[in-house]
Amino acid sequence: MTTIDTPPQTAPTTSGAGHALSSVAEWITTTDHKRLGRMLIGTGMIAMLGIAVVGGLLGFERIDAATISLNANSITQLFSIYRVGLALFAVLPVMLGLAVAVVPLQLGARSLAFARLAAAGFWAWFFGMDLVILSIIANGGPGGGTSKFVALFIAAFGVMLGGLTMIAISLATTVLTTRAPGMNMRRVPLFSWSVLVTALGLILMLPVAIGTVIYLYVSYRYNRVPFGGNQGILDYIGFSVTQPQTYLYALPAIGFAAEMFPLAARRRMPMRGFVLGALGLVGVAGITGVTQVQHVLPWVGSKLYLGHFGKKFGDLLDYGFFNALPVIGAVLVLLIGPLAFKGGRPKITAPLVFGVFGLGMILMGMLGGLLYGVLDLGLQGTVFEEGAYVYVCYGAILTTLGAVTYWGPKLWGRKLADKKLLPLALLGALATALASLPYYIAGFADQPANSVTFAYSGPQGLWNTLATVGHGLMVLTVAAFIGLALQGFRKGELAGDDPWDAHTLEWAMSSPAPDDNFAELHTVMSAEPLLDLKSSPDLTSSPELKSKRENA
Amino acid sequence: MLALPQAPTPPARRQLFVGTAVACSAGFTLIGGMMGLWLRMRHRALSVTDGTWVPKKISIPEVPSNIMLLSFIGIGVFAQWAVYAARRDDKRHVAIALGLTGLLGIAVINAQVAVYVHMALPIRSADGSAYGIMFYAATGTFIAFLIIGIVFSFVTAFRYLGGRTSEREIVTAHAIYWYFAAAAFTMLWFVVYVTK
Repeated sequence: MTTIDTPPQTAPTTSGAGHALSSVAEWITTTDHKRLGRMLIGTGMIAMLGIAVVGGLLGFERIDAATISLNANSITQLFSIYRVGLALFAVLPVMLGLAVAVVPLQLGARSLAFARLAAAGFWAWFFGMDLVILSIIANGGPGGGTSKFVALFIAAFGVMLGGLTMIAISLATTVLTTRAPGMNMRRVPLFSWSVLVTALGLILMLPVAIGTVIYLYVSYRYNRVPFGGNQGILDYIGFSVTQPQTYLYALPAIGFAAEMFPLAARRRMPMRGFVLGALGLVGVAGITGVTQVQHVLPWVGSKLYLGHFGKKFGDLLDYGFFNALPVIGAVLVLLIGPLAFKGGRPKITAPLVFGVFGLGMILMGMLGGLLYGVLDLGLQGTVFEEGAYVYVCYGAILTTLGAVTYWGPKLWGRKLADKKLLPLALLGALATALASLPYYIAGFADQPANSVTFAYSGPQGLWNTLATVGHGLMVLTVAAFIGLALQGFRKGELAGDDPWDAHTLEWAMSSPAPDDNFAELHTVMSAEPLLDLKSSPDLTSSPELKSKRENA
Repeated sequence: MLALPQAPTPPARRQLFVGTAVACSAGFTLIGGMMGLWLRMRHRALSVTDGTWVPKKISIPEVPSNIMLLSFIGIGVFAQWAVYAARRDDKRHVAIALGLTGLLGIAVINAQVAVYVHMALPIRSADGSAYGIMFYAATGTFIAFLIIGIVFSFVTAFRYLGGRTSEREIVTAHAIYWYFAAAAFTMLWFVVYVTK
């Protein structure tokens, strides 16, 4: 079905148990992008809660490095599930879910391209994730002792990656082929643009990881020596759950934050082309995954002396391309975005605050990732990398909470109360900083990564206590947000069609968005079609719009 | 609700074609990634003293592997012939071209099986060499791509010959898929059968 076809009408349902059953069946078999997106976001958020609890448990275990309260054999598996889960159970699915739900609306499309492929991708990811968790519980996974469950872990991991690749293919095709008339690539909303870059990056990178998983699986079944058996799994697939790969997963969050600046200023984004380019630069992180190699600055000790400029230039170029370009992209977004506020006072809303805090946290993680690659700092193998990882992942989740707040009215028809969300944004930012920053400090003190027994001079108990509290606060933040969302999106105030006085196409339709999104196709003349309309002479004199702006 | 200027129905944006191209890129990086890891493991195996990569007593048959490569030239020609014929609404030629494409795909699988039989390479290696598992994993993955391609040929034939002749895009997408398969196999052929 192409996106300009009218979708088939669903059959009328019966009442009572039959109605409930058919409703469940509708959700299971749905190809509606808004439902699929919500399923991904919901499942990812619940997974996020679980993973943050695991993070807290591991932090707690490291407070007293002399004793182990958890089963020693479980430690490696807990580290594995924490590492794999935060990126691939929570951050990436939530980002893709947001994209699946919102991108067709932003583009003026009636549905997602290859919606059935996206639905198949969701279920592949969902069952893959369940099997990964099951295999870990049954003593499988990296470092696991039960052979068949280690094999199950590897296979399920591959299925999960395959599912995410399917969703990425669907999203990339959507942005490339279903844009409204007049919406050329320069006019694509910043969030959708960041989704396109992410999807293309994932299409380049995830299959490389799948190829490695195929080798690992065959090796584990027939000849474990070459790939290290159960201990070698993360050595080969670990690149998909570390920096700079995580920047690619967090890229839609950066795109969302970029979109919030002009919205808060009620102006067009200045230097929009540069922002598009900057988001593209962050996408360079995807190429790192293709190389499957960590790109470091290998000058240590005697190699630091002046000389061998050609070799050093080569090292710097390699390190800079793979590590620094994504950071430059994010910095540019953070520098250019606030230029929209010039000459006016921005309207502070919960999505803006979540977005700015989230972007700040992601940037902190990126800067940490940049330092981690400098071998002379001696951070390799320490928890410093975990600090960067948590900064990026929690920052992306924080931004997503803002994005759900922002697009919630279009998905559920109701708006969440800003007053309740603003303190939550502050709590989330504090949680992220507490869960990450102590590991930066502990990393400089040589606290080893993926280990709960260590000794170094300094307040090691303090850093690990702070990190544990940070994970706990993050659980609280996400749980409170889920609670507020469940309440607000069911019983909150009706949002109206354009509650944010927004600029992009999705706000031109009724809230919640109807089944086939746009009844009619619209012509787009700029990157901010609604702003064009609102600033047209006919509408600026409209009392309805004036009162709406005053209320906003 | 704000009313934007209404647009006429836009021309089709070749969604199937673009989607297939994007999916083929994913397939290409999958094979590329596998070949990258192959070369890294090969380098690791050969960098130790007296290191070997291809196990002794194993000879790689070059004739079937070269025939496989040549078959892809035929596959490309037939797939493009189907596109050419579809543009002229020539159903008979489309049918012949798609049939030959699928047939050659099956022939390539047959040649790959012949390679397996001739090599008699054990997947388990006593010396812990990665060659056996990597050989079967890489070539087996490519067989999966071939099976997908053959199914694609049949689906294209059923849809087009079943009367949906206005959907020429699927024939073009089908050709794109086989070009991807040819490019991926060329890479695999060079790494696995030439560089070894």
